[in-house]
Amino acid sequence: MLKQTNYLTKVYGLPEGWSLATYEREAKGYQAARKVLTTMSPADVVNEAKKANIRGRGGAGFPMGVKWSFMRPHPTKPAYLVINADEGEPGTHKDRTLMEQNPHACIEGCIIGCYAIGAHVAYIYVRDELHLSKARLWGAIHEAKAKGYLGKNPFGKDYPVDVVVHTGAGAYICGEETSLLNSLEGKRGEPRLKPPFPAQAGAFGCPTTVNNLETIAAVPTAFTLGCEEFSKLSSIHHLNDGGVRLFGVNGHVKKPGVYECCVGITLRELIYDLGGGVLDDKPLYAVIPGGSSTPVLRAEDLVHAPDEKSPLHAWHGQSVLDVPLGVDTFRNMGTMLGTCCATVMAEGTDPIAAFHNLMQFYRHESCGQCTPCREGSGWLLRIAEKLLAGTCSMDELNQLHDVANGIMGNTICAFGEGTAMPALGFLKKFRKEFEAYVRGERRGEDARLTVSAWGA
Amino acid sequence: MPFALSPERERELAEILTRYPNKMAACIPALHLCQEQHGYIDDDVVAWVSFRLDLPPAHVKGVVTFYTLFNQHKVGKHQVWVCRTLPCALRGAGEMLSYCEKKLGIHAGETTPDGKITLRTAECLASCGTAPMMQVDKDYYENLTPADVDKILERLQRS
Repeated sequence: MLKQTNYLTKVYGLPEGWSLATYEREAKGYQAARKVLTTMSPADVVNEAKKANIRGRGGAGFPMGVKWSFMRPHPTKPAYLVINADEGEPGTHKDRTLMEQNPHACIEGCIIGCYAIGAHVAYIYVRDELHLSKARLWGAIHEAKAKGYLGKNPFGKDYPVDVVVHTGAGAYICGEETSLLNSLEGKRGEPRLKPPFPAQAGAFGCPTTVNNLETIAAVPTAFTLGCEEFSKLSSIHHLNDGGVRLFGVNGHVKKPGVYECCVGITLRELIYDLGGGVLDDKPLYAVIPGGSSTPVLRAEDLVHAPDEKSPLHAWHGQSVLDVPLGVDTFRNMGTMLGTCCATVMAEGTDPIAAFHNLMQFYRHESCGQCTPCREGSGWLLRIAEKLLAGTCSMDELNQLHDVANGIMGNTICAFGEGTAMPALGFLKKFRKEFEAYVRGERRGEDARLTVSAWGA
Repeated sequence: MPFALSPERERELAEILTRYPNKMAACIPALHLCQEQHGYIDDDVVAWVSFRLDLPPAHVKGVVTFYTLFNQHKVGKHQVWVCRTLPCALRGAGEMLSYCEKKLGIHAGETTPDGKITLRTAECLASCGTAPMMQVDKDYYENLTPADVDKILERLQRS
């Protein structure tokens, strides 16, 4: 059900919309943090936050309140809140809009988050390329400090909170939480084995919660509305998937962009109502629902959920485009919700060229620590290259399946799955097109990703 | 002459060090400061950072070689990154890159003979809703047409 909202996006596009004055005037800025710090205990904050049913917005969809509840005070070590703003998943362009246009929501979320988990410092890890985002966040931090919202006594409460912006240096893998922690500590951004989980030993060996930037930015809205009320804004609140979130749409649509809506909108609504429909009114061909690691869907796919216990049963036999975009609904459909930013491909897009483009990405970004991923991502790319060059045999095409399955579950971090799942997804959905390349019926030089000339 | 940070950047580094519980955490920010001043990270810079932050040179070198944004060789006065990943490619990034290559007379990964522009491809720059796009030094240019690219590159060539 399409219901657009503007809790987080109200200040977008306003003159000086990123300033403290605008945030306080237009968006009830810092009232939630004031209420939380002056009237609630940290345990109450965590319990209340659970009711908001905020599923992590970074891709995995872990319930935020539950993650907060894993934090236990340590007798000697401090706790840290780390915010993941290393937005780099192809197709994902939501966090950048928050940092650039509503940085104070991020800072206010950090204040509430720090208080809830017992931390006094929050590090916001921003990818280095986002220079404007970093400047806007630092600007917001300085304004909040000057107002006394950050520092030794925020809102008069004897609970020091500081927020620091830290930057990486261009590595997609640093969006993986343990790799991000290594990078924050000044090391190579290689993922760590879990356990220990960050809640036991995270940043600098101390208990740490890592939240996505959009997740933490949604917290002030949840506490302003009341967490249960916030959750009920979602039409799939009953699936513990609550509130509002940012939906992105890009690729072959007329109005690409980021739109804030109640959770529960469908891909059809995202593509046709918000995205304005497919470019040149072409038929829809395929959609990657939430960042390149989420397996692709074809426009004609139908939901298969005959089991009455499945959360998808209500949509059995319907188009995948009509299922509410939710963490559990999409997981049960064999794909993932991911970051909720859909990449749309129109009829005429060559799926093997798209697959090749993505395999180049994963080959480039594999950190090289685990053999299956380091070697496997190269192998997948070589098969894609051979397909386009017309030199791939049927045996090699079948190897694609084996190589991808050899990566799955055999690596330290989820990058392995993030590489293998889209590879297997493309192979499953476009098997005929892959085979057409092997048989020489399709050729790389004819493969196109664009549906109209650039700039036309 | 061995490398050293300028007094102004050294003050900035001193402030950065107050943000973390140990010196190692300032490794990436320190390298950014050095690159801002020196243009790239050579062994002199690695030696200076390892001395300044009490880290083994191998640690610093390991960090430099891990992250793509640290230049290990001299680059042009301006750096142009064209995002090549799928969402941008669907909107013409491939054509745009070829256009830049032709206009500058170099391939991606190379620097113009006058040393002004280094052209490179980038993996997803989180600008998928405003594709195709390029990053020029610290700024994003989005929703680009051939006319926009002409203007940007000509300005850089004149600078």
